[in-house]
Amino acid sequence: MSAILKTEKLRVEFKNRETRQASKVALIGLDLQVNAGEVFGFLGPNGAGKTTTINALLGFIQPTSGKASLFGIDVSQPIARQRIGYLPEMTYYYKFLTAEELLRFYSKIFGLSRSEAERRIDNVLKLVELESSRKRLIKTYSKGMQQRVGLAQALINNPDLLMLDEPTSGLDPLGRMKVREIIQRLKQEGKTVFFSSHELGEVETVCDRVAIIHQGELKAVGPVNEIMAGRASLEKAFLDIVGYQPQSAL
Amino acid sequence: MRNIFAVAGIAIKELYRRKDFYVLFIVTVLICIVMAAVNIYNNPEIIRYVKAICLLLIWISSLVIAITTTARQIPAEREQRTLLPLLAKPLSRSQLILGKFLGCWIACGLALLCFYVFFAILASTHEHTWPGLSYFQAAFMHWIALGIIIAMALLGSLVFAAPSSNSTICFVVVVGILTVARYLDVVALSLQEPFRSIVLAIYFGVPHLEFFDMRKLIVHDWPLVEWRFIGLATLYAAVYMGVFLAAACLIFRKKAVN
Repeated sequence: MSAILKTEKLRVEFKNRETRQASKVALIGLDLQVNAGEVFGFLGPNGAGKTTTINALLGFIQPTSGKASLFGIDVSQPIARQRIGYLPEMTYYYKFLTAEELLRFYSKIFGLSRSEAERRIDNVLKLVELESSRKRLIKTYSKGMQQRVGLAQALINNPDLLMLDEPTSGLDPLGRMKVREIIQRLKQEGKTVFFSSHELGEVETVCDRVAIIHQGELKAVGPVNEIMAGRASLEKAFLDIVGYQPQSAL
Repeated sequence: MRNIFAVAGIAIKELYRRKDFYVLFIVTVLICIVMAAVNIYNNPEIIRYVKAICLLLIWISSLVIAITTTARQIPAEREQRTLLPLLAKPLSRSQLILGKFLGCWIACGLALLCFYVFFAILASTHEHTWPGLSYFQAAFMHWIALGIIIAMALLGSLVFAAPSSNSTICFVVVVGILTVARYLDVVALSLQEPFRSIVLAIYFGVPHLEFFDMRKLIVHDWPLVEWRFIGLATLYAAVYMGVFLAAACLIFRKKAVN
């Protein structure tokens, strides 16, 4: 299997602006590898370093040390992002544009031809069920609709790797089901999906492999059944790995 | 270039879907029409006065549009988090800066065109002449000056955290340059060292926006400026735009955007 997402000894420190000293180490030597065609769940408690990892992989922040690459290309190169789709945790898009205009803008950045762009726009708007609202300004959309626009923009270039940062946070059960269906559909098409989530039941259902990160350190990585290792659920395994002790045990 | 034009297209669309430009245009038009109505005796002095006021209003409006539009571009992208999905595409940060610059500059150019067409119509109703080339020279130089101002405001938006502080600083600097910069060399001569050198350095360092202010040419019906001087001024402006944009790209290159 070929690795399409790889980090080697990735370390991210946030500096205190006044003292210029490292005030927080967000990632400590993270080694991660995601192979082509797998659905990879990236788990961890709040503040564990999930979003920081995604930010470093997308070049939003500079790692203090270590390497990160997408499709074998260093993430500092914009071309590394040509074959990826990304859905941020909180979706905000240009409110003065319609969904159709937004997707046309992004397809231009991906270098799609006009006919290809129109075909892809029709497809993704149909997939996220926004066809009837395509000419409405995004500012008039509900939160769920904005999340679906986010998903549509992440799919506009027919990506080989989809990176989703907590894609179901804030969605109603129907929205969550829709996201899950899309992930499974992409999996069937042989696409790679890398997503962070707190929804462990969902991860257990759709993921081939998972990684668990805690306080910036990778605690476990492997197929879901290996991580569970005879435990009743992924949630139980997750709590054991991050060292959670219930109140009654104290 | 494709990415730069795509980003520029969005910046242009934003300006024309917001109310700022329309409000300023309508206010300018109304004031100018009221001013023009004063000319009941067809007195040439009054006509010149009306033209001067109209052009001053056009300069003020264009500065407001250029600075406020540019100053909010990058900070608004960061604040509203639209920068994240955008930079997750194969778009470099330099392309984003250049696209924003181009978009704001073209949008301001279109706004300027509306203002100058209105001015030309208003002036021709009183003077019954149409010095089209003079108007073109004035509008073109005005647009070139806006290019410097937009590049400066874009750089400021990466240095100063709040768009409001960037806008205020840009207004103060631009108005200061337009009104005081031409006298700095004279002021320097009356000072002792090291202040003389400092003031002279400022005199030679700041972009002299007054070179691009051709209002008097129109107001007093002076002859056209030779085209080679227009070309030199354009080159002068291009150097400043290049310096400001290069500095902006350099600052933005490694800035965390999360």
